[in-house]
Amino acid sequence: MTLPDAAPLLLEARGITKRFGDLLANDAVDFTLRAGEVHALVGENGAGKTTLMNICFGLERPDAGTLAVGGAPVTLRHPADALRLGIGMVHQHFMLVPVFTVLENVVLGVEPRGPAGALDRHAARARLRALAARYALPVDPDARVEDLAVGQQQRVEILKALYRDARVLILDEPTAVLTPQEVDGLFGVLRGLAAGGVGIVFITHKLAEALAIADRITVLRRGLVVATVRPRDTDAAQLAALMVGRAVALAPTKAPARPGPVVLQVDGLRVLDARGLAAVDGVSFAVRAGEVLGIAGVQGNGQTELVEALAGLRPLAGGRVTWPGLAPVSGRARPWSGGAAAPPTPRAIRAGGTAYVPEDRQRDGLVPSFSIADNLVLCAYDAPPFARWGQHDERAIAAHARTLMAAFDVRAPSERTPVAALSGGNQQKVVLARELSGAVRLVLANQPTRGLDVGSVAAVHQRLLALRDAGCAILLVSTDLDELRALADRIAVLYRGRLVATLPATASPEQLGLLMAGHTPEA
Amino acid sequence: MTGRRLALILAAVGLIVAAAVALGSGQMPAPAIVASMLRTTLQVATPLTLGALAGLYCERAGVINIGIEGMMLLAAFGGFVAALAAHAALGDGAVGASLAIGVAAAVLCGGLAGAFHALLCVTYRVDQIISGTVLNVLAIGLTGYLSRQLFFQSGMPHAPGVLPTLRLPLLADLPLVGGVFEQQPIALAALALVALTHVVLFHTVWGLRARAVGEHPRAADTAGIAVARVRWANVVVGGLVAGLAGAYFTLESVPTFEPLMTNGRGFIALAAMIFGGWTPLGAWAASLVFGAAQALQINAQGFGLAVPSQLVGMLPYLLTMLALAGLAGRTRPPAADGQPYDPHEAQA
Repeated sequence: MTLPDAAPLLLEARGITKRFGDLLANDAVDFTLRAGEVHALVGENGAGKTTLMNICFGLERPDAGTLAVGGAPVTLRHPADALRLGIGMVHQHFMLVPVFTVLENVVLGVEPRGPAGALDRHAARARLRALAARYALPVDPDARVEDLAVGQQQRVEILKALYRDARVLILDEPTAVLTPQEVDGLFGVLRGLAAGGVGIVFITHKLAEALAIADRITVLRRGLVVATVRPRDTDAAQLAALMVGRAVALAPTKAPARPGPVVLQVDGLRVLDARGLAAVDGVSFAVRAGEVLGIAGVQGNGQTELVEALAGLRPLAGGRVTWPGLAPVSGRARPWSGGAAAPPTPRAIRAGGTAYVPEDRQRDGLVPSFSIADNLVLCAYDAPPFARWGQHDERAIAAHARTLMAAFDVRAPSERTPVAALSGGNQQKVVLARELSGAVRLVLANQPTRGLDVGSVAAVHQRLLALRDAGCAILLVSTDLDELRALADRIAVLYRGRLVATLPATASPEQLGLLMAGHTPEA
Repeated sequence: MTGRRLALILAAVGLIVAAAVALGSGQMPAPAIVASMLRTTLQVATPLTLGALAGLYCERAGVINIGIEGMMLLAAFGGFVAALAAHAALGDGAVGASLAIGVAAAVLCGGLAGAFHALLCVTYRVDQIISGTVLNVLAIGLTGYLSRQLFFQSGMPHAPGVLPTLRLPLLADLPLVGGVFEQQPIALAALALVALTHVVLFHTVWGLRARAVGEHPRAADTAGIAVARVRWANVVVGGLVAGLAGAYFTLESVPTFEPLMTNGRGFIALAAMIFGGWTPLGAWAASLVFGAAQALQINAQGFGLAVPSQLVGMLPYLLTMLALAGLAGRTRPPAADGQPYDPHEAQA
């Protein structure tokens, strides 16, 4: 791809500095975007990527530095200012109103008006249809956004920006929720937009994607620009080293698995979601000691319900589960039929040697306002050595915390620091320290590295592999195929609540991607 | 709001009217009871309908308003005093003008109360339940104190009259049910406002933005909408509507003011809003159910029943509790209802 060096500068940020309390999120950052260019912005979590783009979109105001759009200096006080100047942003968490239709979401804020302030849906629909056709982004204008798949919602977000005549399109981690095929589709759309003169900022921490799509790559580390490079002049290892500041082993070294006896046996498991529909529908698998079984799938295909049921947090609607250290438990086909054994409590499952790393650490894994020390004894606070006669032994709790913090490299001022004050990576280390220490026979890990930076990811991966090699059974649910292929010994693909296939870890991403999208080999 | 739900709610009104016919058939002919019930239902549902619409403007934009009761009481008092003052200044020749000034003052009082709520909830991001409670307590204290200060010596005066009854052309000439369409202006305005609010919420730019702000304020913010401004505007409009509801008490229903005269209507209005699934038509239908229950109590006094009227009088309040307890089925409130929005709060 040739970089249009002569193309006009669309966006020019000079010396942008932004402080949040003691944290220097952006330190004299320079960033430019030319027309027709895809400029990737990579960096670890907390490196300041999103802050920089929030400044360029008017969501934050810089403490110092200047912005110029199309060569003219500007001050952005509000997203409305950015939108007026042709800057659009697709946020990591989509900024769509779920109960609104596609049309309503797209026109929100720039609605065509009829007489007396009426919403002119006809004009809006015509314009949306034209845009969708021009950029090959088909959508149903009258579908409710909450009924759309994530990939389609992203399309709505892009159309929303184009509807506002965006010349600059900022995409914050746009591929996190997509299948490999959807990523390819998105890249096609982005190339088309760039060919039409739109400048695209592509925020990511996936280096392969930056190398594949970008004309230029800017690396941020701790608020500083450490390099701006062309993809052809670099590679993933060099970019990772630039991001972290030291050489990083991107793929963990993995010894061959030595599977032992079955630790977790699941037969025909059915689990209902909040609406009473079968989110997990007849799933069977076994995890053996000393192996990692990976569960692949696009988010929302029953992963959450599966893992929560196995952690004892959801009733079993049908099927049979044998947890380590417990007698087999059958789910009830109908709630009123009775007869079946009551499902074990999370506490009983834990007591049998099952550890649970939930996907949302802040909601399910930690009590954010509690100290690190208290979070580390959440599962054992009521028994010796941490409690005697209903009294906590604060010294034992603190000593326990200091030991685990050292062992798991939790970086915090002290064990009394509230977990809420830690970075995402350190929070996850607290969860892992609690869950993975002690006599663990089975680990249920749902997206254990979500939102973590490259360095923390490597630490988590090594920790899980070490447990595997020590004879622990690991069920790893992830939407990140690279992670699954690096860690898992076998990969099962979950699609609409069913396991559609189980493949060796050597399966190609394309093969897995097709399965994740519901294309079974026979079909 | 599904059509099915609306039909169910209206069927409940029919049931209550049928109960009245069954109870009173010994005393009066059935058509007369039906006409009287419907007419009274529309009358007494007026403050409930308006209160529910007031709540709807606020909550659709994401601001819970439990202060409607207080807003109504303040407006009832303000309108009453203004009508008295206007009457004193203009004389007996301008009773209509005095009453109109009273209504305008009541609406204004409601708007001011709305601005107070918006200032606390939107600008200062105070807990919205606390702000609403403050409004209610403030209204009781302020109107009680001022009415004693102003009227202790003279005794509670009477306003120059109540708003005149209007006959809707054609409809009021219908046989049997014609009486239903002889109503006072605020009752008719409430009906018009139901239709208007429906159009505003679902077919105008104002409504789209208000709903966006109530569902997902950050999405609205990033779409270039000034969330605080939209919320302010809607809460003030809600206040104006609550003010009109207040005017009903002292200028349309009875020509005088009593402390605490709103008597929980603001809360019943909120129940109607929830019962009606946060939609104008649903809220109106639900108000009619509560209105019909009250109409039954009023009519039952004329039937000479063995049941104490206080028991029948409990009906609207019982219905409120049942509606709030979810008997009416689950409805979905605006997703960001009650959540203050801070544009600079870091995104989780």
